Amino acid sequence: MPGLFIDVQVDAAVAKDAAIAKKLEDACPVDIFEASDAGVTVVEANLDECTLCDLCIQAAPEGSVKVVKLYE
Amino acid sequence: MSILITSETKFIIQGITGREAVNLTRENLDYGSKIVGGVTPGRSGRDVYGVPVYDCVRDVVEKHGAVEGSIVSVPPGFTRDAVFEAIENGVKTIVVVTENIPRKEVAQMVELANLRGARIIGPNCLGIISPDEAKMGGMGGPAANTRQAYKKGNIGVMSRSGGMTTEIASTLTAAGLGQSTCVSIGGDAIVGTTYAELMPLFEADPETEAIVIYSEPGGRMEAELAEWVKENDSRLPIVAFMAGRFMDEMQGMRFGHAGTIVEGKEDTTAEKIARMEASGISVAERIEEIPALIQKRLAEKGK
Amino acid sequence: MRFYEYESKALFERHRMPLNTRRTVSSASEAREAAAEIGCPVVVKSQVLSGGRMKAGAVKFAKTPDEAASYYDEILPIEVNGETARSILIETMSPIAQEYFVSVTWDGRRKAPVVLFSDMGGIDIEEVAEKHPEHVSKTHFSTIFPLTPRIAKEAIGKVGVSGRDLNRMTPIVFELMKIFLEYDLTLAEINPLARLEDGSFCVLDGHIDLEAEARGKHKKLLAELGIGEDETRQARPPTEFEIAGRKVNDVDHRGVAGNVVEFDGNLGLIIGAGGGSLTLFDAVRNHGGKPANYCEIGGNPSVSKACELTKLILSKPGVEKIAVMMNVVSNTRVDIVARGVVKGCIESGKDPAKVISIFRIPGAWEDEGFKILEKYGVEYCDRSVSMYDAAGRAVAKLGA
Repeated sequence: MPGLFIDVQVDAAVAKDAAIAKKLEDACPVDIFEASDAGVTVVEANLDECTLCDLCIQAAPEGSVKVVKLYE
Repeated sequence: MSILITSETKFIIQGITGREAVNLTRENLDYGSKIVGGVTPGRSGRDVYGVPVYDCVRDVVEKHGAVEGSIVSVPPGFTRDAVFEAIENGVKTIVVVTENIPRKEVAQMVELANLRGARIIGPNCLGIISPDEAKMGGMGGPAANTRQAYKKGNIGVMSRSGGMTTEIASTLTAAGLGQSTCVSIGGDAIVGTTYAELMPLFEADPETEAIVIYSEPGGRMEAELAEWVKENDSRLPIVAFMAGRFMDEMQGMRFGHAGTIVEGKEDTTAEKIARMEASGISVAERIEEIPALIQKRLAEKGK
Repeated sequence: MRFYEYESKALFERHRMPLNTRRTVSSASEAREAAAEIGCPVVVKSQVLSGGRMKAGAVKFAKTPDEAASYYDEILPIEVNGETARSILIETMSPIAQEYFVSVTWDGRRKAPVVLFSDMGGIDIEEVAEKHPEHVSKTHFSTIFPLTPRIAKEAIGKVGVSGRDLNRMTPIVFELMKIFLEYDLTLAEINPLARLEDGSFCVLDGHIDLEAEARGKHKKLLAELGIGEDETRQARPPTEFEIAGRKVNDVDHRGVAGNVVEFDGNLGLIIGAGGGSLTLFDAVRNHGGKPANYCEIGGNPSVSKACELTKLILSKPGVEKIAVMMNVVSNTRVDIVARGVVKGCIESGKDPAKVISIFRIPGAWEDEGFKILEKYGVEYCDRSVSMYDAAGRAVAKLGA
């Protein structure tokens, strides 16, 4: 189930990068990112737990990760 | 002036990479606090909002010199060890945020702190803030929200409830009454520092002119404060807010008498109010009455 | 969490304390059998958590097995402070020469454990402490230095006990101190500790209170003593609603939301934190409101936790509306609670705008939180509305 309040979008090219995936998984305090050799997947069930800490945005190349507030 | 912390106080955060600690780091930095390092075993080399992470407290001290304070935000099972580590590395003011720590472990932390001349605030607390200078802990949340609730001034606030510390400060601020230092001391049966133990610090702080405390059923802390005020002929007028009056009507099964012999009979809220009033502490029925009571007490002193 | 006498004694036995032969029974015929096996006279004791058994007539002395059986039937239905027996304990009756009192507990002011000892045991110890203070000693001890028998000796000696009695009681008092620390107890008490006519000592009755926070550390002990994980040993057993609340809380370690107490009103309360809950509950009652529950939210619970709590409260029969109120929050976030509560309403098939009477949580991340509430049409207020007035608005809405 997608988030009711938050959506996270990862740039398609960046999403396939295993090294960035690991950084994203490491950075997020609420486990929104799951890393594998194939790249990163967004864990939908955890989206609404997003604390807007921006650590994922800082961990990835500029502009490649977007956190969208669905209530705005 | 203020008590316990100023904008110059250098401190660390133990457990810095946890969900709550990450938040605390950002909020404290934004408010102007000096965080020199963080500790999470096995995570050295990382940084959290620019604060370098180390494996142990000793490494921080080696790299950055003496550390005055620490916020401990680690799970309950690791808290005692983290506090011991801070104390044995010379940290003097330790704010323990973690809750659900068994009494024995709190007693052990306090005992070691006393032996080493350190002071523990908490556990289960939001920490300390000297408004417009620095904060050590979660008081007020993000910096912008904190500035909204807390303003520099002359009222000292002490509270067993973390949340009510901010509610009280916010009410004072709205009425134009700033605060010198606000301390959330924690609500557990044994805490590192009690109301009565903070009083000498406020008493010695030239900036503090009055005190507000939050009070609730249980424990002997208000009785101890009332005694201290009487015995030391305190210069500071005190206003207390008493919550949980409904508890008097629904007392559960009462067990055991040993505690009564040790600490005296536990007061009902009505008895607590009577005891505080007898020692000259004014008791407010609602939060919104606090500012007027403070102003009245200050006016009586010619301030 | 209090232990029954038979559980306390089972713990004492593991630590080789001197105890009478005894059996816990759950029928009159078992009582007869036990009395015959142990040998009369025996003591027949109701197993309840509260004190005052003797006064209530729930402790009897039987001279024959048949008498033990009839006392079983007599004692079983007796209420002691509203509590009926969980089982009956049959125990050897020993000829007593003198009774002592030993108790280990916490001194919150000194922040240290303290052992209390008296040579006037068996009777109301508070009264002894008041009328004969020289017969009650208080001795504090360290929680970090190695525990040795010296403190036990001091505690006993201070009330004037010496000679063989001092030496025989020292290991018992010392063991009680060790048990107290080892199992994170808040009370370890023997009353009375009896000197029998032959000069030996025997633990006649004991009380153990384990700190609730430490239950997780001592699961093995509790299981071995037969204490169930869902036994709270509170003044009344938890309701289904309260058990469900605890599950909401235990599933997720992030923050606290779910420690609920059930009442029978129509206004569901999602309130916090500790002090804020007390303040708000007072306020709701002062305005004539009827709370459906008490709860304490704090420590920044996750969205899912706040959501599950909301669903639980909305599922309670009789709940018409919920009020979401807290003091100005610091670490708990307005937006996170708003997300959880709104989600809980929607997942319960209710319109947040209709079912939430008022949302009064100012503080950390309030701008984000208020945006969410606005989008879903929920009535909210900021810190300029006091907790007391917000509670009044919630109560007024139910009347309309």
